[in-house]
Amino acid sequence: MWSLIQIELYKIFRRPRTYIAFGAIAALIVVIQFGLKIDGDAYASFLMKDINDTLTVDGKVLNGYLICYILLQLLLVHVPLLVALIAADMISGEANLGTLRLLFTTPYSRTHWVLAKFIAASIYTILLLIWLAFLALFVSMWIFGTDDLFLMKSNYVVLIEQSDVLWRYVGAFVFASFSLLTVTSLGFLMSSLSSNSIGPIVGTMSAIVFFTILSTLNIPLFNIVKPYLFTTHMNNWKEFFDIKVNIDNEAIKGSILNIPKIKTSLMVLTLHIILFVTASVIIIKKKDILS
Amino acid sequence: MFGVICYNLSMAVIRVENISKNFGTLKAVDNLSFEVEAGQVFGFLGQNGSGKSTTIRMLLSLIHPSSGSIELFGKSIQKNRDTILEQVGAIIERPDLYPYLTATEHLQLFAKVRKQKVAAVNITKTLEQVGLSHRSQDKVQTFSLGMKQRLGIAIALVHNPSLIILDEPTNGLDPQGIADIRALIQYLAKEEGKTVFVSSHLLSEIEQVAHQILIIHQGKKMVEGVTKELLDPEKRIVQIKTMDDVKALAAIVASGFSQYLLTRKEGIFLKLPTTAIPTLNESLVQSGIAVLGIETKNSLEDYFLQITSNA
Repeated sequence: MWSLIQIELYKIFRRPRTYIAFGAIAALIVVIQFGLKIDGDAYASFLMKDINDTLTVDGKVLNGYLICYILLQLLLVHVPLLVALIAADMISGEANLGTLRLLFTTPYSRTHWVLAKFIAASIYTILLLIWLAFLALFVSMWIFGTDDLFLMKSNYVVLIEQSDVLWRYVGAFVFASFSLLTVTSLGFLMSSLSSNSIGPIVGTMSAIVFFTILSTLNIPLFNIVKPYLFTTHMNNWKEFFDIKVNIDNEAIKGSILNIPKIKTSLMVLTLHIILFVTASVIIIKKKDILS
Repeated sequence: MFGVICYNLSMAVIRVENISKNFGTLKAVDNLSFEVEAGQVFGFLGQNGSGKSTTIRMLLSLIHPSSGSIELFGKSIQKNRDTILEQVGAIIERPDLYPYLTATEHLQLFAKVRKQKVAAVNITKTLEQVGLSHRSQDKVQTFSLGMKQRLGIAIALVHNPSLIILDEPTNGLDPQGIADIRALIQYLAKEEGKTVFVSSHLLSEIEQVAHQILIIHQGKKMVEGVTKELLDPEKRIVQIKTMDDVKALAAIVASGFSQYLLTRKEGIFLKLPTTAIPTLNESLVQSGIAVLGIETKNSLEDYFLQITSNA
C-alpha cells in the first residue's frame, strides 16, 4: 500500500498543475501582507472606529496573530476550490488520460488504488494547509511581530493574551484540515463518477458553493438540513478563538467557549469523509473500465 | 506476501468459457469460448469494434462479464485477480501514458507496483528490447505514437510476466517498428517460453507469428484453428452457395465433409483439399441440393475479409 501512495504522490508532484494552488496561496497572502504593512494603521483604525469611544486599546493591534486570523477568514473559503483542482482529478484525470486501465491491471485491487489515491490527495491537502499556515501565521509573526489577539465579533470583542494564542491556531489548523479533507473526499467522489476532469472539478466547486449558500441563508426550511451539511461546519475553526469569561467578565486563559460545537462539527465532517470515500470505493469496484 | 501460481506446460494458460458482455442492448461479446496453451502465440483477430478489446478487458478484470467464466493459469480471474495479474503483462488499445514522466520513470513506476522486486537492470534491458534506450530520459510528451506503443510494450514486459497480452501492439508503428515487434513476439515465445496473446485487425500481422488463430466478428467466434492448417496452400477455403443451407449442411455432414467445415454463421465455408471439391459438389447434387455456386477463396485474408464484411 505504501508503494501505491508513493507512486500517487510522485505523480501529483510531477504535474505542474499541482503548484498552481501553492502559488495562488502565496500570491494572495503576500499581496494582503504587503497591503497591510503599507496601510495597516488605516485598516486598524477602520476596524476600531465603532469602539474607540468606549474602549482604549494599548499595544499593537495589527500584529501577526490578527493578520493570520484575517488571512484565514479570507482564504479558508477559497482554498477548498484549490483543493478540488487536484482531488477531483485523481481518478477522472487518469480515466481521461487512459492510464487508469494500466493501474487496474496491476496486482493490487481497485480498493487499494482508490485508497492510495485518496491518501495521496489528503497528503497534498495537508501540505497545502501547512504552506498556508507557514505563510499566514509564521511569516506574519515575523513581519508584524506578536501581541495579544484582539478580535471584533458581531456584538462583542475578544481579547486573548499573547501566550494563549498559538495553541489555538494549532487547533484551528487541525480543524481546518478536517474541513479540507471533506472537500478532498467530495472531489474524490465526483472524480469516481466521471471519465473527464472538468466535470468533477466544476461539480465539486458548484457543490461547495451551493451548500455554502444553503448553510448561510437563514430560511426556516433550510434550517432543518443545515446541521447535516458539511459546509455548515467547515468554518467552525473560529470557535477556537471564542474564550470563556469568569463572573468579572475576564477571559479565562486556556479555555474554549463551545467545545461541544467543535466536537459535533468534527464528527459531522468525519462522517462525510467516510461516506464520500466509501461511496467512491464502491463505485470504482463496480465500474467497467472502458476508458 | 505474494501468491505463486504453479501450472504445467500442458495446461491452458487462458480458458474462456461462454463469456458474454452486454452494454445495454448491445451484445459486445456473445458466448465466446477458447483456450490458449502455454508457450503459444495466440492470434486474436477481428475488425475494429468486433469485441476484441472488450474480451481482453474481461481477461484482465477491467470489465465484468455478463455471463461465463474466465480462468488464467487454471484459476478464476474473479477470485484470484491479484495473484494472477502478478504473472501478466498487458497493453490495451492505445498506449496511454503520463506525458510528464520519462520512459525510465514509467518503467520504474510500474516495476514498483509488482510484489516481486524488479531489478534495475531489467528496466534497462526492457528499454533495449523495445528499442527505446536512446530516449529513456525523455518525457513521453515528446514521443511519437510509435514510441509510446513501444513504451507500452516495455511496461507489459518489465516484470518478466509468463503471460503477455498485447492488444493491437503494432498500431502507429512504421514498417520497421512492425517488424521489430513481430520479432520480439517470436523471441518472447520461442526463447523465453512466454505465452503471448496478441490481437489485431490485420491478418497479415498475425499469420506470421501466431501458432493459433481465432477470428471474432460482432462478438461471436467465427473460426478458430492452427495457423499452419488454416494457411495450408494445399487446401482451399470454399464457400458453398445453395438454395437451402440447412439441407446442404446436413448433406455435408452425411457425406463425411464435416471435418472441413470452418463456419456456418455467415454462409457455409469449408477448408478442404482442392481435389476434394468435385467430390463435395457431386455429393451435394446427389442429395438433391440446388448448388448455386462454389466459390474458392485464394487466402485466409479473403476469407477473413469476407466473413467480417458480410454481416
